[in-house]
Amino acid sequence: MKKIINSTEEIVNEMLDGIVKAHPEHVKRVEGTSVLKRVNSPIQGKVALISGGGSGHEPSHAGFVGKGMLDAAVAGEVFTSPTPDQVFEAIKAVGSDAGVLLVIKNYSGDVMNFEMAAEMAEMEDIKVEKVIVNDDVAVENSTYTTGRRGVAGTIFVHKIAGAAAEEGRSLEEVQKIAQKVVDNTRTMGMSLGACTVPAVGKPSFTLAEDEIEMGLGIHGEPGTHKEKISSADELTEYMLGKIIQDMPIEKGEEVGVIVNGLGATPLMELYIVNRKLHSLLEEKEIKINKTLIGNYMTSLEMPGFSISVIKLDEELKGLLNAKADTPAFKEI
Amino acid sequence: MIDKTMFLEIINKIADNIILNKDLLNELDMAIGDSDHGSNMARGFSEVKKKLETLKDSDYQTILKTIAMTLISTVGGASGPLYGTAFLKASSVVGDREVLDSNDLIKIYEVVIDGIKQRGKSDKGDKTMLDCIIPAYEAFKSSVESGKDLKEASKQAEQAATEGVEYTKTIKALKGRASFLGDRSIGHQDPGATSSHIIIKTISDIVNN
Repeated sequence: MKKIINSTEEIVNEMLDGIVKAHPEHVKRVEGTSVLKRVNSPIQGKVALISGGGSGHEPSHAGFVGKGMLDAAVAGEVFTSPTPDQVFEAIKAVGSDAGVLLVIKNYSGDVMNFEMAAEMAEMEDIKVEKVIVNDDVAVENSTYTTGRRGVAGTIFVHKIAGAAAEEGRSLEEVQKIAQKVVDNTRTMGMSLGACTVPAVGKPSFTLAEDEIEMGLGIHGEPGTHKEKISSADELTEYMLGKIIQDMPIEKGEEVGVIVNGLGATPLMELYIVNRKLHSLLEEKEIKINKTLIGNYMTSLEMPGFSISVIKLDEELKGLLNAKADTPAFKEI
Repeated sequence: MIDKTMFLEIINKIADNIILNKDLLNELDMAIGDSDHGSNMARGFSEVKKKLETLKDSDYQTILKTIAMTLISTVGGASGPLYGTAFLKASSVVGDREVLDSNDLIKIYEVVIDGIKQRGKSDKGDKTMLDCIIPAYEAFKSSVESGKDLKEASKQAEQAATEGVEYTKTIKALKGRASFLGDRSIGHQDPGATSSHIIIKTISDIVNN
């Protein structure tokens, strides 16, 4: 394993310090915790949005702390959900009189730790609601399983619910809009190779030179199947197909898309994917209101990408395009 | 009977065995999860070991509660809340006992299982730690009811736990990250059931030594 680190124990701590030094105008550290909060928080009268999860997905989630998005991000160990006491620290640090919305990606660990934190907050009479993001179409959605994973589509939740909170909407309204985003967002991902979790020291899986993993998760957990690599156009067509099969989009409807790099894929390749994605949607007479492209929800140094699509109505469109100013997302 | 000295020895040895099996647990988790179960558990139990020094004169409730809070605040992932809840529930039924007998262990098993079910919204057959713990509890309880002593009942529990772990290889995961794999999770041993087995085996080894 080759990594530019000092020690596996100090990775998260040192990374958080580095983020604060890079973006002091946006974020500061809640002393003694792995929480980064918006500099001017808590903001009275505004619902506070808190998200988080394992580290290794940068810029998620700390990169989205700032005006119009998150009020705090809680960083767990690499690919491990943060503990309840840390989430609770975040709630106490940014929670206002308007209440707190927790944006949780659907992994049992994240859900359990955030729920325990919400229970702690309730004991102190802090109003907390949650939304669980489950946008990944690669995994089966059934009542018998944990359900779908939350992946890059989470960025749409941060952006849109963040904008709603910034407008001063109530906790109930912000939660409702966040749920609407979840209901209308789908993601499909693939990878060309594994990543190495520093504490483990070995790649998370192996792929032959000409093989890809289709539908894998953002922690390097296996996907739906392995297959021979094909062209960017073919991959894009297949992945968009999976999304549309799951969430039909009619002619004339409008969408937002994210072409998300998993950490080691150059923008060059993401642009090639985006070119095909746009032409496929145009052929179907689906309008693209917004395209986000780059590294939003990564998996350490994994090569690969995901496509997320959100179906937009007027309300979602307005909030998606509302002003935001965070280290990793700006809408001017 | 388990007295305080033996109890602390059990906890200390559980921590050692979890740390010793860190790589095994990571490797099992690599096949169906995200390969951090061993690292997370080892981190938590290393912290538990540090706390044990200060708990020598505490009652069972305080010891178990301290272990619970330590695991909850250091493990993360799904194992932190699940094992944390398990120890927290255990702390609630032992009060200020001087020694623990078989009936206390039955009570502990019962609240631990209830707590894990509630926290993880899971049950036997979902390919989780419960597939190890529930059979162990059932074997322990029926041994005690048929008049066996703590040593023999613990052996029976360990045997059932071993079979439970084997059973997880044959079923599909319905909870946790492994559930994302669907049928592809069949054939792999559940890491959570394995760490629970390490705990149950350690208890049996020490009471039988």
